[in-house]
Amino acid sequence: MIYDFITVRFGEITLKGRNRGRFEQQLLRHVQDALGHMPELEFNKTYGRIYIKLNGASYKEAAAGLGKVFGIHSFSPVKRTESDADSIRETALEVWKSLPKEPATFKVSTKRGWKGFPHPSYDMNHIVGSAILRAYPGLAVDVHRPETELRVDIQPEGTYLYCASEPGAGGFPYGTNGKAMLLLSGGIDSPVAAWSAMRKGLELEAVHFHSYPFTSEQSTDKVIELARWLSVYAGKPLKLHLVSFTDIQTRFTQTGQEHLTITLMRRSMLAIAELLAEKHGAGAVVTGDSLGQVASQTLGSMNVIGRTLSLPLLRPLVMMDKQEIIDKAVQIGTYETSILPFEDCCTLFVPKSPSTNPNLRVVERTEQSIEGLGDMVRLAAENTETIVLSRGEIIKRKSAVLQESEDRDWF
Amino acid sequence: MNPEKAWLYFDHCASTPPHPDVVRTLAEVMQRHYGNPSSLHRAGLDADRLIRQARELLGKLFEVEADEWIFTSGGTESNQLAIKGAARANRSKGSHLITSVTEHASVLEAFLQLEREGFEVTYLPVDSIGRISVEQLRDAMKPGTILVSLMQVNNETGAVQPIAEAGSLLRGCPDTLFHVDGVQSIGKLPVRLREWGIDLFSGSAHKLRGPKGSGFLYVRGGVRLEPLLGGGEQESGFRPGTQNVPGIVASAKAVRLSMESREERARKLGGLRSRLLDRIALLPELEVNGDSAPDSPYQAPHVLNFSYAGMKPEVLVHALEEAGMLVSTKSACSSKDDKPSGVLLAMGYPRHRAAAGIRVSFGDEHGPEDIDRLADALAEAVRRLKPLERNGR
Repeated sequence: MIYDFITVRFGEITLKGRNRGRFEQQLLRHVQDALGHMPELEFNKTYGRIYIKLNGASYKEAAAGLGKVFGIHSFSPVKRTESDADSIRETALEVWKSLPKEPATFKVSTKRGWKGFPHPSYDMNHIVGSAILRAYPGLAVDVHRPETELRVDIQPEGTYLYCASEPGAGGFPYGTNGKAMLLLSGGIDSPVAAWSAMRKGLELEAVHFHSYPFTSEQSTDKVIELARWLSVYAGKPLKLHLVSFTDIQTRFTQTGQEHLTITLMRRSMLAIAELLAEKHGAGAVVTGDSLGQVASQTLGSMNVIGRTLSLPLLRPLVMMDKQEIIDKAVQIGTYETSILPFEDCCTLFVPKSPSTNPNLRVVERTEQSIEGLGDMVRLAAENTETIVLSRGEIIKRKSAVLQESEDRDWF
Repeated sequence: MNPEKAWLYFDHCASTPPHPDVVRTLAEVMQRHYGNPSSLHRAGLDADRLIRQARELLGKLFEVEADEWIFTSGGTESNQLAIKGAARANRSKGSHLITSVTEHASVLEAFLQLEREGFEVTYLPVDSIGRISVEQLRDAMKPGTILVSLMQVNNETGAVQPIAEAGSLLRGCPDTLFHVDGVQSIGKLPVRLREWGIDLFSGSAHKLRGPKGSGFLYVRGGVRLEPLLGGGEQESGFRPGTQNVPGIVASAKAVRLSMESREERARKLGGLRSRLLDRIALLPELEVNGDSAPDSPYQAPHVLNFSYAGMKPEVLVHALEEAGMLVSTKSACSSKDDKPSGVLLAMGYPRHRAAAGIRVSFGDEHGPEDIDRLADALAEAVRRLKPLERNGR
């Protein structure tokens, strides 16, 4: 590998006029954070770009980290040289020599970011292109569909040459579009919804409902493991709130409206999530709902369930196919964990024929008939266990009592 | 009249006024987390988690593992468990034990008991400022020495023992455990368990503004102890019995508070001690016991011991109490008998001086003006009592 730098290009944030400076700073921090395990790297931010000096570190390793940072449009391994025609020509030959496979056609594209450079772009394309043609007589120029495009980016501090670009994760830098509360089950969908939300610049806190002792400790561990994966993509520590749903769920099975159990459960979960969102300053709730997938995700169910909330309910997967969701889960690394066979609280007590078109009035009347439901919801939201995860590590699994001891400064 | 306002409390070596935050912690935890930490339900689990958190805090403060701490009922139990527990559990390796003549009663009593069980005990002497010599410790060591127990700070005189040096000597003796009684040193002197090769270390919460009935003992990982009590698996089996959850949490807090402000406290108390030394030097009737050099490294900053030879110490204690100053004769644990102080005798002082020891020990709530008031009251008491001096001092 002859490359000594990585050029990182920003994505959608370049569209955001006034906040651009702040976004770029944030992105630089996230990049530095994601590559924090590689002490050799040096970072330098210019307008719309980050240049990372490798100092001998592995490009591949750095690329793996960069691929997880939201807000990056693309990045390339580059070779840097002096901004003068001779150096550029020599370096171009060096870069060409290092290509893994010699292409049949090529073109040179020069971008003259430094207007003080004496040769116009067109001249530079010619100077570099003819040098390569002389050295590789079998090669042909194809300006429309070249097999390889050698790019020459001339800047005042130096010129960067490269042949390849990798797409970044895109989106906005983590947390630049506010914060949301995610309902995280143990399934395939919600981690993908989380990834999509984070990609759009949402900072997330996750909430998981368990029905211990009807669900096992292992099913909670599985969710912690999913959150651990997600925390790799987050630009700062990710909180996972574990909520005991047993009491509420048990109560719902005694209403005599078995077909509404799932509807009632989903509504209570959203209500609890909203309370947590308010407590932790989140401005939306995110779920993994995908239209028509199960009884609670029909249009009718979505209508009745979604009405519980005052906050916006974001459903990033709503129009995606199951297979698309699965492919994404595989790509972001959560699929293997999601398919582990532990029951979660939704697969428990599933009625034989859940309603696909619940009646809002009946649902609301049933809720009103349950004495103390509001208190149970509040209590569930108060008695959460919070786990903090950062960059794939569980940094703190804090129980309610330890949270209490911290709040009250007992130690 | 509110007694808190009525006196100046100069008996910190006996016990300390609890820190208000510690009192709050104690009350809140007692109120809210009454579950038995061994119970399987949530109340028990919560109580257990609080104990765990306390253990982790001690681990962090002393730079050791959380699991190396066990909670006890106080300094006496910590000392007894460390000494008797270690001696009995390691009898197969030998039966010789070493300690010093100036240890706290809870240590000396443990050794007397072990002697009756057939152990051989060497009691190291101390010099005129109350310190053992590491050379004498080295000479006392022999094959089969399984335990050395020393206090870091003497509770009557404030003499500081050469713990670091003793620890490095003992490093070469893997079969000899090193117990340090740190009851008077935590929060005043540096404590470096790992660096000094300490295997067992006793502490007590109420000596550092924590609650009474709460102690703690460091047991280095791998050290075996025979428990004093039977009937439960609590505290890794070393100390059966339902744990004192509020006491444990409040103790951990007290230790944290005391250690976080240690250097500042040591400086301040050392200054108060020098101030009192200067004033006592003006009273020829009073003789300072131990190292009277200001800022002596061989002396803890919060204790000053002196004698008014020829005057029963109780008389002086009561005269000062009339003026609203609470001080102590020798250690609180043995202050009700009439005998001369064993510690002062061991330092080579004559009997009448050793029988007249007065201990002043102070803490966070005191300032220079309090020391001045104490010194004034002392001067006045001496002036009043002088005609009553016994002859032949």
